[in-house]
Amino acid sequence: MDVKTWTFLLTGLSFALYIGIAIRTRAGSTKEFYVAGGGVPPLANGMATAADWMSAASFLSMAGLISFTGYDGSVYLMGWTGGYVLLALLLAPYLRKFGRFTVPDFIGDRYESKVARMVAVVCAIFVSFTYVAGQMRGVGVVFGRFLEVEVETGVVVGMAIVLVYAVLGGMKGITYTQVAQYCVLIFAFMVPAIYIAILMTGTPIPQIGFGGMLQGELGSRIADGESISLLAKLNDLHEELGFAPYTSGSKDMVDVFCITMALMVGTAGLPHVIVRFYTVPRVRDARLSAGWALLLIAVLYTAAPAVAAFARTNLIDTVEGARYAENEGAGAKVLPDWFKNWENSGLIAWVDKDGDGVLRYRSGSAFEGKPTFAGGPDDADARGASGERLVTNAPLAGDNELYIDRDIMVLANPEIAGLPNWIIALVAAGGLAAALSTAAGLLLVISTAVSHDLLKRTLVPEISERRELIAARLAAAVAVVLAGLLGIYPPGFVAEVVAFAFGLAASSFFPAILLGIFSRRMNREGAVSGMVTGIAFTASYIIYFKFVDPSANNAEHWWFGISPEGIGTLGMLLNFAVALTVARFTPPPSEEVQMLVSSIRVPRGAGEAQQR
Amino acid sequence: MPSSEDRASAYWRANLKLLAVLLGVWFAVSFGCGILFVEQLNAHRLPGTDFPLGFWFAQGGSIYVFCALIFAYVVAMNRLDAKYGVSED
Repeated sequence: MDVKTWTFLLTGLSFALYIGIAIRTRAGSTKEFYVAGGGVPPLANGMATAADWMSAASFLSMAGLISFTGYDGSVYLMGWTGGYVLLALLLAPYLRKFGRFTVPDFIGDRYESKVARMVAVVCAIFVSFTYVAGQMRGVGVVFGRFLEVEVETGVVVGMAIVLVYAVLGGMKGITYTQVAQYCVLIFAFMVPAIYIAILMTGTPIPQIGFGGMLQGELGSRIADGESISLLAKLNDLHEELGFAPYTSGSKDMVDVFCITMALMVGTAGLPHVIVRFYTVPRVRDARLSAGWALLLIAVLYTAAPAVAAFARTNLIDTVEGARYAENEGAGAKVLPDWFKNWENSGLIAWVDKDGDGVLRYRSGSAFEGKPTFAGGPDDADARGASGERLVTNAPLAGDNELYIDRDIMVLANPEIAGLPNWIIALVAAGGLAAALSTAAGLLLVISTAVSHDLLKRTLVPEISERRELIAARLAAAVAVVLAGLLGIYPPGFVAEVVAFAFGLAASSFFPAILLGIFSRRMNREGAVSGMVTGIAFTASYIIYFKFVDPSANNAEHWWFGISPEGIGTLGMLLNFAVALTVARFTPPPSEEVQMLVSSIRVPRGAGEAQQR
Repeated sequence: MPSSEDRASAYWRANLKLLAVLLGVWFAVSFGCGILFVEQLNAHRLPGTDFPLGFWFAQGGSIYVFCALIFAYVVAMNRLDAKYGVSED
């Protein structure tokens, strides 16, 4: 069977599975809709959290990003896992004991303030929409590449699926579909990773092969008779071609530190992750499920850097010094078919600067920006002397002749390593599972913020259970459609605003929740002024460098050498400083709130807390 | 038998002590070994492999330690819960 048939088959089966689960797990009450009735076992919650967390970006883009940045890519690996330690130790058990439905719930009740609740609602909605737009786009891209349908059609199909299970099942439906989606996505990521590890390093465990010798079918060909480790070879290749060494970075240490911190703290403050810990029965289950979640996430996050290094080595070895045109005499290295397929989809381009018909891959860009091709892939006139697609971009002065989009590394990896068709199709199903599971979790946060925090807790407190549930479903439906529109008509700034999501979560939620638990003295004035300062500082720094004056977005102009991606760290410190100072000079919180703080610090009684 | 309030605050102090230790390790493996001292550590190899040590901490080692930390926390807290009689069951 060809790749397309396999892809239809595997994605079709996985979709049928998700819908089947959704129909079996419909939500009957708001409690089921918001927190799955609070009865999810820890392992299941761990799997759901892992699927919720691992987005289209983790699955499709992260390994590619690391592949092209080497050590500098570590910020994502450490940042997106280390946050779980903070979450497990500092937030999850206490929020579970508090036992309501949302993050704004905690902030509003702990600080007895509608303003604080509203700030939290706006942040939660903004962060979630930023994030969900990327997921819907991811769905469209996978459909577009593998099933050759329009991106728009792909987004609509994805929307329809999410609509069914998020609107019908709420958190209950989402949780159990996410359990299935975790299995699909981890299988889809690990099977090609294991295959490639065997081919390149002769061991089935990518994490071990990563630090081992080049051996096996592909590995010994690349080593070319030498006994050399993968990383040593990769560093040699990098040196030969003028790239910075793979295993050491080129970013400033202060910036690496701040980005990692902002991602960790941001992870711990993201509402769609936090809310998952309301769904387990007991405090001890909240702790344990954070452990399961990180363990299950770590499977992908420790394999991704290995895949990145394999793909990088293999890529350089395959393309550097290869001829584009075939039948140029025996023995000449020729570019493989996958190169030409991805060139046809516009994600690879080659400019034969010296006209020798041989590809030269060096450090630096081949030309300015993304490629614009002289004609369609079938247009023979728009092809150059070797048969390559011509680009109209003005070439840059450097020696490099190759443009390659980072995102294709995971998608093209099975082709690059020559794996069977069903594995390529599996990657498509996995990418969809990753995107859909994250999208559903985010949509639920948005719908809950509207129906629970905005309607029930603020505007119409007398709303009946039945009507609140209807409002929640409506809000979910509207959010899905909006998210789909963002996927079809992506605002040009989506990539830019991802820094926002983490920066805002780090500089607003994390300090407010942490202080709410660990400082009995923290009061409304302190928390609100801290949040407002943190958000205002972080947002204006990012807006200035991303939108107002993007040309100044470099280390020379950054404060203390901190990029907009890492500024959330400073925002968080400011939030803490302002909150603690203001709280010192304003009256302590009410007796009732101080009792609440004492009660969330001990696990006993979590069952009752939920019944309130 | 001390009052339940005393017990609760003793439990909280024990909890904070545990957090300080675990978060100390969390910081040391990621920000310490993976970022601040990465170059010094890269002069060494992870025994039995060809990983530069600092690079390994940044792209794998710290993640394994993170997992271990959470499970250590789960076990230690369950013990504390039982010791101070604040467990849920």
